[in-house]
Amino acid sequence: MSDAVHVEHAGAVGHAHHPALQHHFDDLEQQQRAAMLGMWVFLLTEVLFFGGLFMAYILYRSWYPEAFHEASRHLSVGWGFFNTLVLIASSLTMALAVRAGQTTNRRGQLLFLTLTIVLGAAFLGVKVIEYGDKFAHHLVPGPDFQFTPAELAPAAEIYFSLYFAMTGLHALHMIVGAGIMLVMLYMAWRGRFSTEWYTPLEVSGLYWHFVDIVWIFLFPLLYLIGGLSVFGGGTGH
Amino acid sequence: MSAHIVPVRVYLIIFGALLVLTVVTVAAAGVELGWLNTPVALGIAVSKATLVVLFFMHVKYSTRLVKLTAFAGFFWLAIMITLTLSDYLTRDILAAGK
Repeated sequence: MSDAVHVEHAGAVGHAHHPALQHHFDDLEQQQRAAMLGMWVFLLTEVLFFGGLFMAYILYRSWYPEAFHEASRHLSVGWGFFNTLVLIASSLTMALAVRAGQTTNRRGQLLFLTLTIVLGAAFLGVKVIEYGDKFAHHLVPGPDFQFTPAELAPAAEIYFSLYFAMTGLHALHMIVGAGIMLVMLYMAWRGRFSTEWYTPLEVSGLYWHFVDIVWIFLFPLLYLIGGLSVFGGGTGH
Repeated sequence: MSAHIVPVRVYLIIFGALLVLTVVTVAAAGVELGWLNTPVALGIAVSKATLVVLFFMHVKYSTRLVKLTAFAGFFWLAIMITLTLSDYLTRDILAAGK
């Protein structure tokens, strides 16, 4: 395919193509629209992917409301709140990175992509602290799981299974997102993005914002259903 | 390309609104509202998600096809949740009638 493009370039008289334009598109605008639609269709599959877990959460919580309420009190609202702010800030820097692409601002792209990666790493760092805390307090589902009151333990174990499945899948998306942002950072460093063409930046931005939206729902549903009595603590037995 | 470039000011306003809504959702969780706590939290989450989708994800400035696609995803999620709950939440009612 790239050979064909080269041939076309060699034979082009008077109208050189942008190197990013693929031959089956009329112009870069049409190509960008196709990429955006394709990304949205992918995000729909992601909505339903996470949707299945949210559905499981809704059902189990409707069956065991008391256990979910008690189990939720073992999460740290303080860390959850902090991480929510971190992710919202990373969405802002992501939007500004895409804007820097639209305005051919290379330094802006480098700055805001770096900030996005740093904020993403901060989020994951907090997640490591929180997971470590759950291991230390025997709140990881399995043979070591301990929960008082004992009669709520089986349902509380379901809550923590959902907690790890949902936040784990979300964290995996964050790791993938950070990897994508490193590629974007490299492309930005090479000066690939300009007003004419910044499609990869925009498409990666959609992915990053989507992962932010998932957390916007995870935070209240997992952290806040037990009220605020353990603000900042979350490990009381 | 004829892309819509959103002013930085708009992004900062949306960011501020998201921060405020996050504080509101935490504050609301501290108030005992009974069964209303979850609908309030979900209402705030939906508002935040809508702001992100419309402005950060540029759906407000996108083609109708993208708008329709984004809407379809959340619409089908709503179908899945509604139909599933209409089954599970009514089983007791039906059993009691026998």
